[in-house]
Amino acid sequence: MCAPSADERLRNSFFKTLIDNQVTVELKNDIQIRGTLKSVDQYLNIKLDDISVLDDLKYPHLSSVKNVFIRGSVVRYVHLPHNAVDVTLLEDATRREAANQAQKAK
Amino acid sequence: MENLTIHDAPPPGAPQQGGRAGGPHIQQALGRGAPPPPQQPQQLPPQMFTTAAQLLDLTDKKLLICLRDGRKLTGILRSWDQFANLVLQSTVERVYATLPEATDESAVKGYYADKPHGIFLVRGENVLLLGEIDLDKDDEPPAGFEERDYKTVDQMAKERKALDRAKEKTKLKKLATLGFEGENIGEVLL
Repeated sequence: MCAPSADERLRNSFFKTLIDNQVTVELKNDIQIRGTLKSVDQYLNIKLDDISVLDDLKYPHLSSVKNVFIRGSVVRYVHLPHNAVDVTLLEDATRREAANQAQKAK
Repeated sequence: MENLTIHDAPPPGAPQQGGRAGGPHIQQALGRGAPPPPQQPQQLPPQMFTTAAQLLDLTDKKLLICLRDGRKLTGILRSWDQFANLVLQSTVERVYATLPEATDESAVKGYYADKPHGIFLVRGENVLLLGEIDLDKDDEPPAGFEERDYKTVDQMAKERKALDRAKEKTKLKKLATLGFEGENIGEVLL
């Protein structure tokens, strides 16, 4: 809740690189919602545009909904598109962050 | 918009009716139960990536709100704060009962019913998701669903829920013997 920690900041900027990509968000109640990632905030609340529900027979209530705000606390997984993740960049950023942490701990 | 902090009131012009004073009001209304306001973060994320900014463009729109207990509400979002505590106007609860034998091809997949409620203040932790309703599609009920009276549909939905809960319980019991701890034991989220 207070100042964002280093890994929080890293995670945040990572999600920002995924903005405007197609992602599938799986909630803790097993609903899977696919849509364009529009924004992510510090609690991992997620906003999706142009959504579709994978099992819409079981979840008919989202049929007339075009965009959703999902509370971060109910998200189980976010399925990311493979080609949108720059693994090398992410690894580098993570190592740098870890090095920073180690420096601070000394 | 760019240089606002999440503690600033939303800019004038956006949520005029109550949206401006929403945060503090809701917090007062919730009293001691509400978590304390977050401290000023040292390094602010860009304004676009805050809860407030995400909720700002949903203000005064007709929304579908899914709650943790499985209820679905539709209403107009009038006010909110950083915990996603919400004030809804003209709230209507809609229950769905999917027929157990329904498939994608069946003509009638289930029933729904509406129950008007009025103004709701929803505590943020109970919110699963908010969806903006496409007003063009809103007039038609979901394909394959027919309206019935509230009592009947509610009864059907409750029976279905009890069945699901029993199933979930046996599943969790079995998992527990294998050493797995469910993340939401005793609570079926629908």
